[in-house]
Amino acid sequence: MVWFRKDKKPRQPLRQKLEIPADAWEKCEQCGHTDIREKFVRNLSVCPSCGYHRRIRAIEYVGILLDEGSVEEVEPDLRSADPLGFPDYPARLKKALGSAGDEDAILTVSGTLGETPVNLGVMDFAFMGGSMGSVVGEKIARLGQRSLERKYALVIISASGGARMQEGVLSLMQMAKAAAMLAQLSERRIPYVSILTNPTTGGVSASYAMLGDAIIAEPGAVIGFAGPRVIKQTLGQDLPEGFQTSEFLLDHGMVDCVVPRGELKRTVGQLLRHMSGQPAATGWAAS
Amino acid sequence: MGTSVALEFEKPIAELEKQIDELRKVAGDRQVEVDDEIVPLTRKLDALRAEIYRNLSPIQRVQVARHVRRPFTADYLRLCFTDFIELHGDRAFREDAAIVGGWARLDDETVMVIGHQRGRDTRENLKRNFGMPHPEGYRKALRLMKLAEKFQVPILTLIDTTGAWAGIGAEERGQSEAIARNLFEMSRLEVPIIATVIGEGGSGGALALGVADRVLMLENSVYSVISVEGCASILWKDGKSPEMREKAAKALRITAPDLLELRVIDDIVPEPPGGAHANHEEAAKALHVALLHHLEELRRLKPDKLVRRRREKFLRMGIFNE
Ligand SMILES: [Zn+2]
Repeated sequence: MVWFRKDKKPRQPLRQKLEIPADAWEKCEQCGHTDIREKFVRNLSVCPSCGYHRRIRAIEYVGILLDEGSVEEVEPDLRSADPLGFPDYPARLKKALGSAGDEDAILTVSGTLGETPVNLGVMDFAFMGGSMGSVVGEKIARLGQRSLERKYALVIISASGGARMQEGVLSLMQMAKAAAMLAQLSERRIPYVSILTNPTTGGVSASYAMLGDAIIAEPGAVIGFAGPRVIKQTLGQDLPEGFQTSEFLLDHGMVDCVVPRGELKRTVGQLLRHMSGQPAATGWAAS
Repeated sequence: MGTSVALEFEKPIAELEKQIDELRKVAGDRQVEVDDEIVPLTRKLDALRAEIYRNLSPIQRVQVARHVRRPFTADYLRLCFTDFIELHGDRAFREDAAIVGGWARLDDETVMVIGHQRGRDTRENLKRNFGMPHPEGYRKALRLMKLAEKFQVPILTLIDTTGAWAGIGAEERGQSEAIARNLFEMSRLEVPIIATVIGEGGSGGALALGVADRVLMLENSVYSVISVEGCASILWKDGKSPEMREKAAKALRITAPDLLELRVIDDIVPEPPGGAHANHEEAAKALHVALLHHLEELRRLKPDKLVRRRREKFLRMGIFNE
C-alpha cells in the first residue's frame, strides 16, 4: 500500500476527500500496519497484523460482551458536580460532556451475557482519562446494589489513569466506597469479574480493579499503581522491558489470565458459569 | 523546639523564643531577677503562637504536617500508650519498617496500634523508606488487623505518609492489590476501628489504613488524593513554585476543617498552640482524650451494627448531581 500515505499535515484536505475517504483507512499505532477500516472494526479494533489492542469506547465493550437487544442503561442521570469549586473543573467537565458523552467516565448497564444476567460497568478513558470521581463511585455502588438485590453477577471493565484530582479527597474515598460494596457482594457469593484494559492505574487499580473473583487483562495493557513515568522519575533509571504490562502482571501472579478482546465474552461466560454453581454448557460429560 | 528547623512563617516565634532564652541566660549568669521582663515576653510568645497558628493557610498546614519535629507514630506509641510490643513481618515476603504495629494498652484496654513511621534523619529515613510502604507493609498491617479481630481488640491506626512507594519491587509484588485488599477487608472487620491522620495523609497509601468507624485528623494534618506538588505539576506544569503549590493546596481542600465539612472525617483533634511539634506531650494528651472518647462510643455497638454503619458511611461519600 505504498501509494497511500496519510499526510502529516492536513494539506489539500479537499482533494484527499475526493480521492479516498481518509476514514476508510486505519493505521496501527503500534506496528504501522495500514488496513481498511472495516477490517479493524470487524477485528474489534485489534490490529490484524500485530494484535495490538487499540483503545475503544465503553459502548463498544457493551456490544462485545452483552447479548444484542438485552442491554438497558442503568443510572444514566448522574452528573459530576464541582464539590470543591476547583479551578477550571466546570469547563473541563463541559468539554468532556461535549466530546465524550453523558456517561461520565463509566457506562453502567444491565443485560445478559450468553443468557446469564449481569450488571456491567465499563469505564471510558475518553472522558477525562477515565478518572474516578464521585459519579464513577456512585454508579459502581448502585450497580453493585442492583447485583445484591437481583443476585446478578457484576463485571467491571477498567480503563483509568486514577482518581479525579478535581474532586480531591472525595475521589479518594470512592476507592473505599467501591471496596465496601464489593465486600457485600462477596459475602453474598455474587461473582465479580474485573477486566483490566489499557491503562488501569492509580486509585482505580488500587480498588475495584484488583478485587475481582477473577481478574482478566487485555493483552499489552499498562496496569499498575504508580504510572511508569512517576516510577522512572522517582528511581532515575529506565524501567525493565515490558514492565507493568498485562503479561508482566500475569508473570508476577497479579492477574488470572490475559485474554484477547475477541475471547472476552466466552471467557467471562465460562468464569461466571463456574462461579454461579451452574453446570458448564459444554462440560466434560458432553465432550 | 529547635529553632533551626523553624518554618518560614514561624520565624517571629523563633526570634521571640531566642530573646527569652538569652534573657534567661543573662539571669542565670548574673543571678539577677528578670521575671519582670520575661513574663510579658512569654505572654507575648503565647499570643503570637496562637495568632499565627489560628491563621495558617493550607500550604502552611502542609509544611506543619510534614515537619520533621512533628510527633510520629513511635512518639505517640511512647506518649499515649503503655505496654507496646511491636510485631513484625507480613509472613509472605519481608518486614517493612515504613509501617509499625503491635499490641499496646490505652489506659486499661488492649488495642492494636498500626501506623506509618517516618524517620527524623537520613539513616532512619532509609530504614523507614521515608514512611512510604511497600505492599508487604500493607499486608503486615492487614495481618495485624485480622489478629486484632480474632481477639476482639479495637484497631487504632495512625496515618502519616506521603503515599505508597512507587518502585519496581512495589509494582512486582502488587502495590495496587495490597492497598485494595486492605480497603476491602477493613470494610468488614468486626471490631472498632479508629483512624487518625497525624501528619500527611497521602492518597491510597494513606487510605489503606483509613477505612474506619471514626476518621480523625489532627488540627494541622492534611489528607489528600494527591500531593500538592503532584497536582500543580499535572494541572499547571509547575510543581515547584510556591505560588502553584499554594494554589493546589487551596484548591484540593485538604485541611481538617475542609474534610470535616465534606463529611470525609468525623472529628478534629486539637493541637497545642504552635502545632504538635511545639509540644509532643500536649499533642499526645489530646489524641489520648479523643481516642478514649470515640472508643467509648463505638464500644456500645454490636459487631454487625458496627460493620453496617461503617459501610454505610463510606457508601454515602461523594457529591454529585442527579
Ligand atoms: Zn499492529
